[in-house]
Amino acid sequence: MIELYILLIFMIIGAIIAIQVKDLLSSVVAVGAVGLGLSIVFLILKAPDVAITQLVVEILALIILIRATLKKDLPFSPTGRWFLNTLIAIVFVGTFLTVACKAITDLPQFGYPAMRVAKIYLEKGLPMTGATNLVSSVILDFRAYDTLGEATVLFTAVIGVLTLVRKVGRKKEGKTIKEEDE
Amino acid sequence: MIIYFLCLVLFAIGLYCVLRKRNIIKIIVGIIISEYAANLFFILTAYRIGGRAPIFQEGVDITNMVDPLPHALVLTAIVIGLATTALLVAIAMRIYEKYGTFDITKIRELNG
Repeated sequence: MIELYILLIFMIIGAIIAIQVKDLLSSVVAVGAVGLGLSIVFLILKAPDVAITQLVVEILALIILIRATLKKDLPFSPTGRWFLNTLIAIVFVGTFLTVACKAITDLPQFGYPAMRVAKIYLEKGLPMTGATNLVSSVILDFRAYDTLGEATVLFTAVIGVLTLVRKVGRKKEGKTIKEEDE
Repeated sequence: MIIYFLCLVLFAIGLYCVLRKRNIIKIIVGIIISEYAANLFFILTAYRIGGRAPIFQEGVDITNMVDPLPHALVLTAIVIGLATTALLVAIAMRIYEKYGTFDITKIRELNG
């Protein structure tokens, strides 16, 4: 289990670098390192389907983020309320950590899951669905409406992205903005 | 229990980034980090010591398999996370086109 702790500490260091570094492209690359570390953690925790999905999604998210940050790296000047903003953020995060640490003591011990629902899936998954991979039998058979909802959210988001990035019918507006800038 | 705490620390880093940073791309990065931490937490609760991946084979006992239900939920959540990230990045790019900056304190005219 020691490799799990090493990978988690690596991910935490990567996340700190990602939020503190000034260069936006370096920040995005650090997030990519965190995501690939997460993919290896999934493999160690015996979740191969999730690890493959995480790998693919991580690469796609990295491409999208790099497309947004290329050649748009602007310097930021610090403003006056630096201390107040940091104090409020730290108080909020501290409250969250305190409450969450109290909450995780009620969870079952790590390595011994409760498995109240999944016991039925493990015992009757093969006779009821005929799928040898239990994860695919859960997402495509026992909880197929969940997957339908996922597809709905996915297509709604794609329609939103296409509406936002399309160029047709926006030329006039762009011209007026340019004139105002000049 | 320490491993759950490390997972919570990862979530708290993302939360701090969302609360504190002014750059829109940095806020998106914070949201992505929190999302990773939440997915990791689900998979951690599903793990069984000495367990196997939930795939049937010939002559394999089913009593030591890990919990397949959180795996299915996280599989759904990862794909939805990609879609919402793409939507956020598209909005950020439109904001950059209109205002020429990623700084949220400089964007005053939000009435269109």
